[in-house]
Amino acid sequence: MLPAVELSDVARRFIKPDGDILTALNGFDLSIAPGEFCAIVGPTGCGKSTTLGLIAGLARPQAGSVQLFGAEVRDVDRRVGLVFQQDAVFPWKNVVQNVEAGPLFRGTSKSKAREMALDWVRRVGLSGFEQSLPHQLSGGMRKRVALAQTFINKPEVLLMDEPFSALDVQTRELMQEELLNLWTENRAAVLFVTHDLDEAILLADKVAVLTTRPARIKSIYDIDLERPRAIASLRYDERFIEIARRISKDLREEVMRAREKQT
Amino acid sequence: MSLVTQTDEPRPVAQAFKTDAFVTLARRRKLFILIMRIAVLAVILGGWELGVRFNFIDPFFFGQPSGIADKLVEWITEGTSIGPLWYQIWVTIYEACAGFLIGAVLGILCGVALGRNELLSDIFSIYVKVANSIPRVILGSIFIVAFGLGAASKVALAVVMVFFVVFANAFQGVREADKTLISNARVLGASRWQITRSVVIPSATSWILASLHVSFGFALVGAIVGEFLGAKQGVGLLIATAQGAFDANGVFASMIVVGAVALIAEAMLTWLEGRLLSWRPERVAGE
Repeated sequence: MLPAVELSDVARRFIKPDGDILTALNGFDLSIAPGEFCAIVGPTGCGKSTTLGLIAGLARPQAGSVQLFGAEVRDVDRRVGLVFQQDAVFPWKNVVQNVEAGPLFRGTSKSKAREMALDWVRRVGLSGFEQSLPHQLSGGMRKRVALAQTFINKPEVLLMDEPFSALDVQTRELMQEELLNLWTENRAAVLFVTHDLDEAILLADKVAVLTTRPARIKSIYDIDLERPRAIASLRYDERFIEIARRISKDLREEVMRAREKQT
Repeated sequence: MSLVTQTDEPRPVAQAFKTDAFVTLARRRKLFILIMRIAVLAVILGGWELGVRFNFIDPFFFGQPSGIADKLVEWITEGTSIGPLWYQIWVTIYEACAGFLIGAVLGILCGVALGRNELLSDIFSIYVKVANSIPRVILGSIFIVAFGLGAASKVALAVVMVFFVVFANAFQGVREADKTLISNARVLGASRWQITRSVVIPSATSWILASLHVSFGFALVGAIVGEFLGAKQGVGLLIATAQGAFDANGVFASMIVVGAVALIAEAMLTWLEGRLLSWRPERVAGE
């Protein structure tokens, strides 16, 4: 079976304002099977978001290849969905208008798009807030809008860039459960970027630890915890703690290395 | 599967805590401010008038409030030396509005088009800055020579005055559009044109509207300066005529007329802005 996402020997560089070249990724290899949930953890600023941008087709690598289902990524691909770290819902559109934006952009008829959007608003638990504007919602609710906005396009590859990092702990836990529920129905290949190791282990089938910049995959851990997972209680499970201990040692090394580099 | 939860309640909309005492206090404060405002005006105008009466101020050079009021009444009831007052106001508003509309539309179109094209914007951004810093009123002389004493030269001057302000703001607004929102729209499937229409223009709207506020004043200045430089009708000509007759009261009276027109236009633009930007968070009470 062709991998849903395949990055091989990818390099991505930026020119900094002072003229220096910054290498975000170098020799980056990663493969995600269809329906697989992969999480990436790594030190801050190591190039995790850059990776997602490349897969989404928002940017091109300077070297190496980025493929979706065996075909090189040349532009934004319709099979890809991306949930951003920051608020990316349109502040001048209400909840339904935000959710129906994707189908409308893609040429679905207005009535059909509205129908789909109302269904998704309900599925993410925002019934009754259809006409609310983003600034009237809490951070968690805005994330739900963002999830509905992305899932309505039925992505086969779902990219998530620290989507829950701005939420408080309780809301985050609920959103993680919600995400797993939505994912169980849709079974996209997921690439979930986070700096929260617990979150990565709770959600993913495999966790990739990145090195400090320029980022490469340092190691990959398979998480053999059965699904469905109970987010709230799994955190205190012996096996979870054992896995977390193993990976965190690995991750810590990189974080320390990143810190040394800065000073 | 969906989870509606306690932590996800909507954010409370800013609302004053209403108790009778609180409301009374707020109302009293408002009334006090109104009274003080009127008092300030009365002191200034009264001082001016008394200054003239007691020969501290020469009304020949500086006019006097009662004289200005008489002048306004005379203009309204008997008309001005160059024709009925309403007609002069109408001519000036017509020129300012025509210039404002043309300048604003051109400014928005050019600003958005240039802002969306990185290469063009890099090339032109320097000229925008330069054009913005040159006093454009001077072009009025050229327009009078080129387009004559009629409305066209005033409209042209108003267009130039408005265009650069709106253009610069639209341009800046487009460039400041949130990159994340644009990326999001791209991934959701938006084409370039769809991004322009549904992301870039809405986010530039607050910039554009802010510039419209300022630039209607500029359109008015353009029309009046144009008339001042040479015209057959208009408030600017009224000012020039009063100046020629050493009629200080006439100049002040024209100023009041122009001020009233500008205030009304300002109120209309504020209303428009409120309608177009209703998606923004409400201001906290007290602002």
